[in-house]
Amino acid sequence: MKKTKKSKNKKQTASIVTTISPVLLWMIILVAIPLVIVFIMGFLTRGIYGQVEYIFTFQNYADLLKPMYVQIFVYSLWISFITTLICLVLAYPFAYFIANVKAKYKVLLFMLIIIPFWTNSLVRTYAWMIILGTNGIINSYLLQFGVIKEPLKLLYTNGAVILGLVYTLFPFMVLPLYASIEGLDKSYVEAASDLGASPLQAFLRVTLPLTMSGVAAGSVLVFIPSLGLFFIPDLLGGSKTMLISNLIQNQFLTARNWPFGSAVSILLIIITIIFIILYFNKSKNKGLEVM
Amino acid sequence: MKKNKASKTLFSTYSFLIYVILYAPIIILVIYSFNSSKLNATWQGFTLNWYSVLATDDNVLSALKNSLLVAGISTLISTIVGTLAAVGMYRYKFKGKTVLDALLYVPIVIPEIVMGISLLVFFSQMQISLGLVTLVLAHVTFSVSYVVIVVRARMTGFDKSLEEAAMDLGANQLQTFIKVTLPIILPGVIAGALMALTLSLDDVIISFFVSGAACETLPLKIYSMVRMGVTPEINALSTIMLLATLSIALVSEIIQLKFSKK
Repeated sequence: MKKTKKSKNKKQTASIVTTISPVLLWMIILVAIPLVIVFIMGFLTRGIYGQVEYIFTFQNYADLLKPMYVQIFVYSLWISFITTLICLVLAYPFAYFIANVKAKYKVLLFMLIIIPFWTNSLVRTYAWMIILGTNGIINSYLLQFGVIKEPLKLLYTNGAVILGLVYTLFPFMVLPLYASIEGLDKSYVEAASDLGASPLQAFLRVTLPLTMSGVAAGSVLVFIPSLGLFFIPDLLGGSKTMLISNLIQNQFLTARNWPFGSAVSILLIIITIIFIILYFNKSKNKGLEVM
Repeated sequence: MKKNKASKTLFSTYSFLIYVILYAPIIILVIYSFNSSKLNATWQGFTLNWYSVLATDDNVLSALKNSLLVAGISTLISTIVGTLAAVGMYRYKFKGKTVLDALLYVPIVIPEIVMGISLLVFFSQMQISLGLVTLVLAHVTFSVSYVVIVVRARMTGFDKSLEEAAMDLGANQLQTFIKVTLPIILPGVIAGALMALTLSLDDVIISFFVSGAACETLPLKIYSMVRMGVTPEINALSTIMLLATLSIALVSEIIQLKFSKK
């Protein structure tokens, strides 16, 4: 009896090793170790030729506080905040509609939201360049029909960057909102209106608080990627727009200041972690409230 | 009642508009890949010229080859590694499971650009020269997590007694896995593999950092072309990319529907 148990244990250990160790090793070598190296590199020094010198310093983190960089970070967070807000305001009524539509249309409408997920975001960003450019579709047709005399400056503006980010990240806001609105118990809303609440009151005091988990999840899913999508500001914002993602890209590939680029990346990771912690706190509080 | 109907119309009109804005740029992009004018953005006439230009462009063809190679190999590796992990994590409790869980979420949660530079720094410290190998390593790294999650989702509700029955009847571990476990989780494995394939074919940001100068993938080729300016060839190339990923999405949906009906 004892023996068989032992051999069973042995067998189990063997299959744990075969199933788990490949992924564990992969994740340690190609996720954990690289991040540790980036963390260490943030404290190293850039040599005169762009090489990395193993001299310990806090200078890179001190440099983050230079007004020039602080301005980029603040501006970046601002753009991401505006993007998230616009996504939320646009997506909420939309998700509400899909969640309340007849079951037979629901699958189709839902699929239509998923499809853009599968298409390349670079290609979709490029599509906006065709539309907004100086010789783009909007300008060409407006000129042709004599509505304007000079082409409008639509591309290479902050508005274009925000448009591109909202367009790309919109589905990430819709999906969690849809899930939380779909799961909403309608009897609460009915009870509120039976008790004399106006539709607006019922929405603000019942529907919105009960779907807050979707709002929080959607906001995190939009805000975090919006900080990292460097090709959108690069293509739609032109060379003037410098966001945190462009700064990182620039430090690694053009300026070749890897230690400083690493420090900026660590800052981005810290921002990400803060938002995730906020999100978990929010959804935890939410759970308690409902209980 | 009347008010209710009015608000319903308002909601559906609004949602219709959202769909229009969501799809219009993609549709315009595709239509203009057939526009005969090179300079003007107004419609001039139908042509397939831009597609034939692409077919003779050696750079585009080699980028296509790289993309398919990287996507094929990385999908194979991430599907095998990810499926094994999902099965192991579903079946067993072991020390460090929560750590592994957390590690698997890292590539999904942190901004892609950080993944990209961390891999770049890693490869350069290890003195691995950038190219196809680093692209495959990077692509497996970001897609394996998705495979694990998709396969695991499929495993919830998996009846362990089926495996035990097979073992009791004398099947060994490998036989049990291939004959019993795999057929049940196959839809999840296929969905995971197709997801890995699309993620790899579409990836811009991480590839941008780990591809090196000599080895361009299709999205990177598009990116470098776009930075030079808008041309109808890019429209044509983008249309091909869209078609490829949309057909993968379609296949994935059909397979899921088929299996869920069973």
